[in-house]
Amino acid sequence: MSLLITGARVVDRHGERRVDVRIGGDRVAETAEHLDPADGEDVIDATGHVLTPGFVDLHVHLREPGREEAETIETGSRAAALGGFTAVVAMPNTDPTQDTVEVVDFVRRQGEHAGLCDVHPSGSITIGRAGEHLSPFAELAAAGVRIFTDDGNGVQDPLLMRRALEYADGLGITLAQHCEVERLTAGAVMHEGSCCSRLGLPGWPAIAEELMLHRDIELVRLTGVGMHFLHLSTARSVEMVRTAKAEGLPITAEATPHHFSLTDDRLESYDALYKVNPPLRTADDLAAIRAGLADGTIDAIATDHAPHAPETKEQPLDQAPPGMLGLETALGVSLATLDMPLVDVLAALSWKPAAIAGVDDRHGRPIEPGEPANLTIFDPDEVWEVVPARLASKSRNTPYVEMPLRGRVVHTILDGTPVVRHGSALR
Amino acid sequence: MTARSLLTVDDLGADGIVRILDLADHMAEVNRRPNPKVPALRGKTVCSVFFEDSTRTRLSFETAAKRLSADTMTFAASQSSLNKGESLRDTIETIAAMGVDAFVVRHKSSGAPGLIAGWTQASVINAGDGWHAHPTQALLDTYTVRTSLGRTGGLDGLRMAIVGDVKHSRVARSTIAAMRMLGVHVTVVAPRTLLPPDVGDTFADAVTDRLDDVLDGLDVLYLLRMQHERMSEALVPNLREYTARFGLTPERAGRLPSQTLVMHPGPMNRGVEIAVDPAELPGAVITQQVTNGIAVRMAVLFDLLGSGGATLPAAAEELVSEGAAS
Repeated sequence: MSLLITGARVVDRHGERRVDVRIGGDRVAETAEHLDPADGEDVIDATGHVLTPGFVDLHVHLREPGREEAETIETGSRAAALGGFTAVVAMPNTDPTQDTVEVVDFVRRQGEHAGLCDVHPSGSITIGRAGEHLSPFAELAAAGVRIFTDDGNGVQDPLLMRRALEYADGLGITLAQHCEVERLTAGAVMHEGSCCSRLGLPGWPAIAEELMLHRDIELVRLTGVGMHFLHLSTARSVEMVRTAKAEGLPITAEATPHHFSLTDDRLESYDALYKVNPPLRTADDLAAIRAGLADGTIDAIATDHAPHAPETKEQPLDQAPPGMLGLETALGVSLATLDMPLVDVLAALSWKPAAIAGVDDRHGRPIEPGEPANLTIFDPDEVWEVVPARLASKSRNTPYVEMPLRGRVVHTILDGTPVVRHGSALR
Repeated sequence: MTARSLLTVDDLGADGIVRILDLADHMAEVNRRPNPKVPALRGKTVCSVFFEDSTRTRLSFETAAKRLSADTMTFAASQSSLNKGESLRDTIETIAAMGVDAFVVRHKSSGAPGLIAGWTQASVINAGDGWHAHPTQALLDTYTVRTSLGRTGGLDGLRMAIVGDVKHSRVARSTIAAMRMLGVHVTVVAPRTLLPPDVGDTFADAVTDRLDDVLDGLDVLYLLRMQHERMSEALVPNLREYTARFGLTPERAGRLPSQTLVMHPGPMNRGVEIAVDPAELPGAVITQQVTNGIAVRMAVLFDLLGSGGATLPAAAEELVSEGAAS
């Protein structure tokens, strides 16, 4: 059984070209300027569309096990596939925490059962994400875990963080930090600045992120062990990562679509839809994040997809949980707001995060014969608006209603088989 | 269509504030009658929903509603279904289903009254939310200044200093905004730790940490309550030092021009922000603030619930004639 994709602009790490692509089994079989369909061959006419390696999201909360009323691995996988993602890294703040082989195996199996994208469980750096005892890195690494993070919390204790880096050395894993010095953010619900002063809301100061980022850059320098930094949100953070990379330190970083598209004045509505951690920041910060993506300081666009059931977001800001949906809007927000060559946007959505996640044997591959067929086809010109009720996610907390998005996924192909066709999930 | 609400003084603007203060003059006249009650809001139901304790503000609103002959209900969160896990929205919708024309809302979370206004057809009056706003306090403060100085209209050219914990104060946010709308020059006096971040000229006309530098020529000295729990947050070292730098001490009281009004939203910490007996201060109007709170809240209730947003002369006539009829 083979599949022929005709007419697409093919964009991968080697740039852009116009070729037809035949897929046989789970691999790319051949590419040529023009391929004729065989008898009875399934054909996708992708004229005017872009064919690219499937997207890889380093940062999603799928909520299962523990908060299945907000999202399940199946519904989250469906949202991912509809957003063009063929692989996602599931954050460990489940209940129970992803700190044992049993739990990460469960998450992986649920992902395989859903069959809509590769679900790669991360592990927590500390047991229960409590910041006290290291998780069994080697056991979890043997079970296939490549990213470790206490996301939702930063590792507060500098000694523990140093030990974590030293112990991780040689295990083939990457530690990822949620940078937040909690003593500086107690009770905070939004960015600390003139807007929070006016609104009478406790502020989350930029320095709470930057202090931990600085500490960890220095720990990377000390230990020589690489790190990944989650959801950078401030201009100074971007500058610190830029400088550290110029010094040759082995670090990578990601930014979320909301941190380069939405500013803190959204909170003027007191609508908890806009509460997120780290918080939405100022226009200057947004500009710095975009510049960081454009010059490669920030390696990856990651969604921090964080579903929350409606009743939890229908509360005063200080009581509502932080987080917003991202999987189904990531491409549309990125193309609508980033002034970057298309190939660079796709690098940040696909092959660069694939390398960070350690899944670059299957994802983000060049579109060439013999390579795994995990692919996304999107219309780069379609302008559309998100309709919460039509989202595949079990939750509705998207902040992008009434914002024109540009670029929409049409087909997603996992292991050579379409899982999304004409914008609809096939399973 | 959703009814009008009062969530912040911005909802009123300068003209709206003056309209309420003018209306409050008529309400004060009602309050001076032997039988201080008019049927203006007969048949209307006002429900106080207090998710944070405040006996003073609740009593003031309920007295105001009763003097206008509205029916009143009280919902106190401590004895409520919220303890049984019911959401804020369900609670409000349940009470609204009983037939409520206005909710008077106090909540510890900034923005909660605004959320409630989005869930009900009734008017919502913000009786204080988090650090955000307390518009009726701002109205009674501006009213107290206006009546104490025998002014009409606005308060152009006056100078006010507001002293203390502005950062955590909804009273400060609303009163500063209202005073400035009416033309008052407002100086905030506080250590940096008690100021909101990025406080700038959109927030106040001037900022200083030297109370002694602003006392001369001051028309209003407004003292904020210094809460004891701020000590544990390393915002000031101790209360003795706070009083020495920012309290109204006998020395400062002696320097204060006799006509300077001294105000406080209550409850006072004697010996902390005010280290003299207010009864001995010629300009103290702290008790008048409480008294004026009734008239101002009557004016707000009447403005929101009275017969079809009547213009002031007609409204005054209605009050007088209905008062005569009762």
